[in-house]
Amino acid sequence: MSKLVLRGIEKRFGETLAVDGLELALEEGEFVSLLGPSGCGKTTTLRMIAGFVDPSSGTIEVDGKVLSSPAGSVPPEKRGMSMIFQSYAVWPNMTVEQNVAFGLELQRLPGAQTRRRVHNMLEVVRMNHVARRYPAELSGGQQQRVALARALVVQPSVLLLDEPLSNLDAGLREEMRIEIRRLHDEFRITTVYVTHDQTEAMVTSDRIAVMNRGRLEQVDEPRALYTRPRTRFVAGFIGRTNFIEGICDGTAIAFQWFSLPRNALPDADGLSGKVVFSVRPQSLRLAKTGAQGLEKGPSIEVTVLERAYLGEHWDYAVMPVTGAASLRVTAPPHEIYEKGQALWLHIDPRWMVPVA
Amino acid sequence: MAGHLRCLIADRLRRFEPGVLLCLALIAVLVFLVAGPMVRLLISSVQETETGRLTLANYRDAYGSLHCLRALVNSLKLGLGVAFLAGVLGIPIAWAVSRTDMPAKSFVRFMVLGAFIIPPYLGAIGWILLAGPNSGWLNRAWMSLAGTDHGVFNIYSMTGLIVVVGLSSFPFVFVATNSALDLVSSEMEDAANILGAGALRTTIRVTLPVVLPAILGGLIVSFLEAIALFGAPAMIALPARFHVVATQLWQFFEYPARVEEAAAYSLPLLLITVLMLWLQRVLTGRRGYIAVTGKGGERRMVRLGRWRWGMLLYALVVAALSLLLPVSVLLHAAFAKAWGRGFSLGNLTLGNFRYLLYEQSQAQQAIVNTFLYAGASAFVAIGLSLAAAYVVSRRLVRWSNSLDLLCMAPLVIPGIVLAIGFYSAYAAPPFALYGSAVIMILAFTVRFLPIAYTSTSAGLRSINPEVEEAVRILGGSRLTAIARVLAPLLKRSLAGAWIMVFIAAARELSTAILLVTPDTRVISVVLLDLSEEGNFEVLAALGTILLAVSMAIAAVGSRVIGRDFMLHRG
Repeated sequence: MSKLVLRGIEKRFGETLAVDGLELALEEGEFVSLLGPSGCGKTTTLRMIAGFVDPSSGTIEVDGKVLSSPAGSVPPEKRGMSMIFQSYAVWPNMTVEQNVAFGLELQRLPGAQTRRRVHNMLEVVRMNHVARRYPAELSGGQQQRVALARALVVQPSVLLLDEPLSNLDAGLREEMRIEIRRLHDEFRITTVYVTHDQTEAMVTSDRIAVMNRGRLEQVDEPRALYTRPRTRFVAGFIGRTNFIEGICDGTAIAFQWFSLPRNALPDADGLSGKVVFSVRPQSLRLAKTGAQGLEKGPSIEVTVLERAYLGEHWDYAVMPVTGAASLRVTAPPHEIYEKGQALWLHIDPRWMVPVA
Repeated sequence: MAGHLRCLIADRLRRFEPGVLLCLALIAVLVFLVAGPMVRLLISSVQETETGRLTLANYRDAYGSLHCLRALVNSLKLGLGVAFLAGVLGIPIAWAVSRTDMPAKSFVRFMVLGAFIIPPYLGAIGWILLAGPNSGWLNRAWMSLAGTDHGVFNIYSMTGLIVVVGLSSFPFVFVATNSALDLVSSEMEDAANILGAGALRTTIRVTLPVVLPAILGGLIVSFLEAIALFGAPAMIALPARFHVVATQLWQFFEYPARVEEAAAYSLPLLLITVLMLWLQRVLTGRRGYIAVTGKGGERRMVRLGRWRWGMLLYALVVAALSLLLPVSVLLHAAFAKAWGRGFSLGNLTLGNFRYLLYEQSQAQQAIVNTFLYAGASAFVAIGLSLAAAYVVSRRLVRWSNSLDLLCMAPLVIPGIVLAIGFYSAYAAPPFALYGSAVIMILAFTVRFLPIAYTSTSAGLRSINPEVEEAVRILGGSRLTAIARVLAPLLKRSLAGAWIMVFIAAARELSTAILLVTPDTRVISVVLLDLSEEGNFEVLAALGTILLAVSMAIAAVGSRVIGRDFMLHRG
């Protein structure tokens, strides 16, 4: 049985539909990210799971028990969850220790046990040396660790995180997302993580649910999401990509420059008519010569339109000799081509994915 | 079937939402306290005294006599004169403190704060001792200097009243001007300088026009203060044999009380206040005109050269007239056997205080009452405004904004009008509150509710709601969140609000004067009686006690909350 189930969740604010028919189920101990641009409804969804917002229709269940429905909801304080907020929401009037102990006090745990668990938890987040300090005396990253400790120490049934790293600077953000994953590996708490940063989602999550305009676009493991995006939005939002159009007819798919047998492409069964394919810049290769036999796919003639050196790789924009739209290609640092140079572009059909 | 299931789920899950109940109770209380008296006031004004039938006779009687019309005109004269004087006194000093290199700025600010704390009626007493015909200090100084036997000053006149009230209300203009000037960046002035405008030209053409709406707002507030005032006019206008609206309203309560006529007569005061405050909102609310960007940027001070000493002299003269002179003569009188006998050791005594604190049981009662009522109403006002501000900021119910309106509404009700409303609504059965401490406390609560509400809601808005949600998700209720997190975080703003309401309520006269009975008298009312008796030594001693307590509490407040908390009020 799934731990947390969202069934047909909808949320209306006046005229606007913030969340539209959301279906999602999390297994016990699973870490799922809600990923999407701002205003896509991901935070509203999280707040509905927490019980701060009631759904307009649909239900939210934990362990098979309905917690939220349009008719009424269990208030947040009776859900046994915990949450980490964008602002950390560390209580400034309590010390680090008191912050972490608060949830246990509310559960009326005996004092000695509370102290032991607080101590252990602060050990885990490496904050014991500042246990007696007030939040105002801590850095942003330290406050974030307090928020984490405070949320984990109560051993919640579900842990909710609302863009917890968006207020940190870049270096700290990288450190903290690894920290969050480490803590998840240690405690295995069912977790929903809201973010607009795809790297954050990919580092931390077992599965990622991509949201757009209140709808769920695709739920998949990070790798599948990148290599097998199912919609144009997902392909464009997770990493960068090229879109090329093909016409599926019988056993062949005809593109502008070449034609491919249907079985050369993954997921191409059952397609018909005009179909858009996503081709990642990493799956394209530039060369000075045409087909060399080693290449499995077709080659087309291109000229270099623009280029940018990004240290870890080159970013080229190339224009097919016969064509109107340019394509993006990622190349290793040692493959240096000049602007205007005529080249061949090799396409590996195994990375061409049809998107809706 | 589906419907049945829905009901089942609904029954099981329907959460007990104390927020809605709290909100309903709160609205009921606020309607009772704020809307009730005002509605009752309007109804009374069109009712016959005996039968309660509809009539316009009250209006005919209230406005039918020349006497009453003259009082209206006097009030307008007073208001305009005071606004003018407050501008002349307040604007230059505010500019000098904010924008120039005038020396001793913090001392000047401190003096203005001091003038704010002196109740206008104590200022009036001070000025009676200073400029009473022939016997006042200034007149006697003049007579001995010029060798005549007639003084030059007569405080018992319209001019005298304007001077007294103007000196006590110029801080309103000062605060408005000063805070607006503090927010204008020097860059705006630099832009004029770079185009070739000198310091004076820049001030007149750029700085002043930009802060003009704020200045006008301050002038309007001092105008409204003046026309709503009861104490100073009662002490000065009545001996001078003229009336203003507030004293005329009081006359209607001479036995037999004509409450309905008073209600009819009080409406112009209410209407003018509503209109003027609306005007003030419009003036100061026009964004884009006022360049208040929040960060003033770095400000360079205008160099006044030799004039800085002239400016300081002006500020010191104003400080002397508004604070130092009146307070000195009051203190002198408080410790004198007879104030007219002047400064000598033989004239020094603690007898006035002994008389008040040990011999005169009425005064003892009044002192206890004053601080009891002020403290209680401060607690009630803060409790109500905290609850209302919470409901409004968390949008617990859809119509929560009506609470906002109810809490701010008393701002437009002059104290004496509020008292008439309370009298006509709750003095008689079924409530029968007349003569009780409750009616005094509730009236003070309503009168100063906007002060409490402004600062509690500002405090609440500065706290991220997530702080509270963090408590709830860990298993704490709203009440736990309020008690364990919000209240501790709001401690300072609540304490500040409490002190402001306490000080304001402790000195309040115009609301008290119509609601007191012998058992519920407060210091301000006793002071008025003593001034009618001409017992200035005892009066000054009682005034000193009131001032000492107010100052002590303000000092604690500024220690706890920050130096200027009184000057930055909403």
